[in-house]
Amino acid sequence: MKRYSAFAIAREALTHHMGWERAWASPEPKKKYDAIIIGAGGHGLATAYYLGKNHGLTNVAILEKGWLGGGNTGRNTTIIRSNYLQDASAAIYEKSRSLYETLSQDLNYNIMFSPRGVIMLAQTQHEVRGYERTAHANALQGVKTEFISPSRVKELCPIINLDGPRYPVLGGLWQARGGTARHDAVAWGYARACSAMGMDVIQKCEVTGIRSEDGKVKGVSTNRGDIDCDKLGIVVAGHSGHLADMAGFRLPIESVALQALVSEPIKPCMDVVVMANTVHGYMSQSDKGEMVIGGGTDGYNNFTQRGSFHHVEETVRALIETFPMIARLKMLRQWGGIVDVTGDRSPILSRTPLENCFINCGWGTGGFKAIPGSGWGFAELMAKGYSPLTAEFGLDRFYEGRFIDESVAAGVAH
Amino acid sequence: MLILECPCCGVVGEETEFAGGGEAHLKRFGPGSSDDQFHTYLFAKENPKGVHFERWRHANGCGKWFLAARNTVTLEVYGTYSAQTYEPTQEIKDKISAKVPGWSWRGFS
Repeated sequence: MKRYSAFAIAREALTHHMGWERAWASPEPKKKYDAIIIGAGGHGLATAYYLGKNHGLTNVAILEKGWLGGGNTGRNTTIIRSNYLQDASAAIYEKSRSLYETLSQDLNYNIMFSPRGVIMLAQTQHEVRGYERTAHANALQGVKTEFISPSRVKELCPIINLDGPRYPVLGGLWQARGGTARHDAVAWGYARACSAMGMDVIQKCEVTGIRSEDGKVKGVSTNRGDIDCDKLGIVVAGHSGHLADMAGFRLPIESVALQALVSEPIKPCMDVVVMANTVHGYMSQSDKGEMVIGGGTDGYNNFTQRGSFHHVEETVRALIETFPMIARLKMLRQWGGIVDVTGDRSPILSRTPLENCFINCGWGTGGFKAIPGSGWGFAELMAKGYSPLTAEFGLDRFYEGRFIDESVAAGVAH
Repeated sequence: MLILECPCCGVVGEETEFAGGGEAHLKRFGPGSSDDQFHTYLFAKENPKGVHFERWRHANGCGKWFLAARNTVTLEVYGTYSAQTYEPTQEIKDKISAKVPGWSWRGFS
């Protein structure tokens, strides 16, 4: 792999930029790998990357049914924050946020991480109390957040309307080190780095069955033939239940549609991310100038990867209340993704009843921010059988009633 | 957008008039049941790609609960029926069989 650098641009200019090599290879699947990851989204690719980088395991294949990063990695609103309430969540999300800070250098690929700061608005007394509690919890967890006053909110985001016709802004939970990143670049950067380590990123390779012997995983069947492996990681978000069926166990997960939309590009008008959970909408401005907007999930099981108009209406109404100046913006695109939601709104990173088969799912509506941390922890779990980052997130927590309840703290919007 | 007919009051409305209530035909387990049964009842949800049975409430209408047969991939609603029953009506099962031959959902097919 040739490194990207300012010098490389100058060098390639000499040959009219015709000499750039492909960022990753498209190999044919081998007969056997040490480890197979199903799903080449952010979490799958990050897992493979840290398997190689931290644990020296490079005979790895990443199988993808569609195209690289074409699921929720390419469909989210790119928000990165770690202001969660519970210790286990704060640990993995903060690990993730801190890895994002140096990810561009680490991968030699510009993921455009922009630590512009995230405000979660408090618009009811309940939210004020809730966020003050979160700020105190974060202080104990070593996550830098603070509860700020309405005037500070206005200072950070001048276009906001504090008096809101329904819900005035009473304050906000501010995480200055949160922000956004270029979502596709995260998948591409990891894929390039994996490919450079000799791993096989195989697209258009659909897993049709999981083969096992004596309760141990043996390999997978795919539309491109059978592939054997010693260890298997299932990292497929919305389709986790489907894959778990193949492996012979059930998951405490329901798949629902979550949608987002972007406006036409406008001049820079806000340089923070604002989330308004009471009225249910959140917004940031992309580097291209589009306002990136997200809202709530549909309230029923759904595999269609498209949203519904009344949710668009609800989200846009909430944001016009909060930011009156966007009232006449035209929307450019709207799309949906299938998110896998657990009962306690926390992810599952776990061993499974099938030996040497591991699952990473349940990130629900907020997986993008967790990609590096999830990959780091899940790779450790797959390689060593234990990771302090993932220990609390096992499937057994539902059996034991040991929930990591983020549904109030963070389940509304990400 | 889903169009549902409330079997309790007969009104046909779109989904904002209703509220989804999760998986239908649950057998409830409480005190005295095994850990396995309790865990399965609470958490191991059916999450099929295809035919699904759900509880719905006519929230902005008569307020009553009913059940619906729906497809999670096409969003087609096969029919709605009373919540006071242990299994879908034969009529709805026939209708699903005509559209999705060989379907099954838990014990039903």
